[in-house]
Amino acid sequence: MKFAVVVFPGSNCDHDAYYAIKHVIGQEAAFVWHKATDLGDADVVVLPGGFSYGDYLRSGAIARFSPIMARVAEFAAAGGPVIGICNGFQVLLEAGLLPGGMRRNGRVKFICEHVCLRVEQVDTPFTRHAMVGQVLRVPIAHGDGNYYADPDTIRALEANRQIVFRYTAPDGARDDTWNVNGSTAAIAGICNDARNVVGLMPHPERACEAAVGSIDGRVILESVVAELADRGVAEVN
Amino acid sequence: MKARIFVTLKPSILDPQGQTITDALHTLGYGTVQNVRQGKYFELEVDATTIQQATTLADEVADKLLANPVIESYRVEVDDQGLAAGSQRSRS
Repeated sequence: MKFAVVVFPGSNCDHDAYYAIKHVIGQEAAFVWHKATDLGDADVVVLPGGFSYGDYLRSGAIARFSPIMARVAEFAAAGGPVIGICNGFQVLLEAGLLPGGMRRNGRVKFICEHVCLRVEQVDTPFTRHAMVGQVLRVPIAHGDGNYYADPDTIRALEANRQIVFRYTAPDGARDDTWNVNGSTAAIAGICNDARNVVGLMPHPERACEAAVGSIDGRVILESVVAELADRGVAEVN
Repeated sequence: MKARIFVTLKPSILDPQGQTITDALHTLGYGTVQNVRQGKYFELEVDATTIQQATTLADEVADKLLANPVIESYRVEVDDQGLAAGSQRSRS
């Protein structure tokens, strides 16, 4: 299985994603420069975290016009699994591949800490091996992760079960003190209508080995491996 | 021709930075200042023959790139040579 990790100028979690895919999950990973005009024979696309274009203008606002993004949109439209992590999520929002936008964190601080993430939906390619209500301990590192969508959009996200992850207490209870960045409806991650495009602010790729404090992020990558296997894509090994 | 574009968060959206600035002003004793809203300001040199043409172009780039219509609104001002006369329009 081939994972394309898109590299924008200013991406800095591209190597974390590559490492987790290649050395933890044991699948093929390839960097794809943002100016590339094709994704090769990728089976899944990862838009990694970082500060594409220095976060100039708005996080993700300029990266979304990178040449590769037209191919990512086509790949997504054809049903290919796409995950945007942190800045990658912001790029997906700016590109309109996911609804909503990001504001500065509610406490106007860059937050770098582990959070508790409750899995809300398991019928996406990236959560199918998780359980509804399962709480994952995964790090965040962002200044602009305060998710916003207007009330109609939030209602639609709820109705279509597109809210995939929420910030919660360690026991999975909804509690505003654990919604660290002030996101609307405590939203940490969502999917598109077709469910194949997922974006989230936390970094599952940085929670794949006990040595870094948590292995809870692995389930995200393992899920998409299982999804691709079901679609007939051969695993490495 | 010069276009000026002012981008701010939509009025319905909480502005954490503006709120922090409001609090700082209160700390400085400016208790009469309320509801600071922080935004962005852009100046564009536009090659256009009419104010209408420049305004249309400025609107387009504001819509496409300078503002995110999901969370922000913008206002465009266009004039030639920086004179007060000109065209103004807003969109939210």
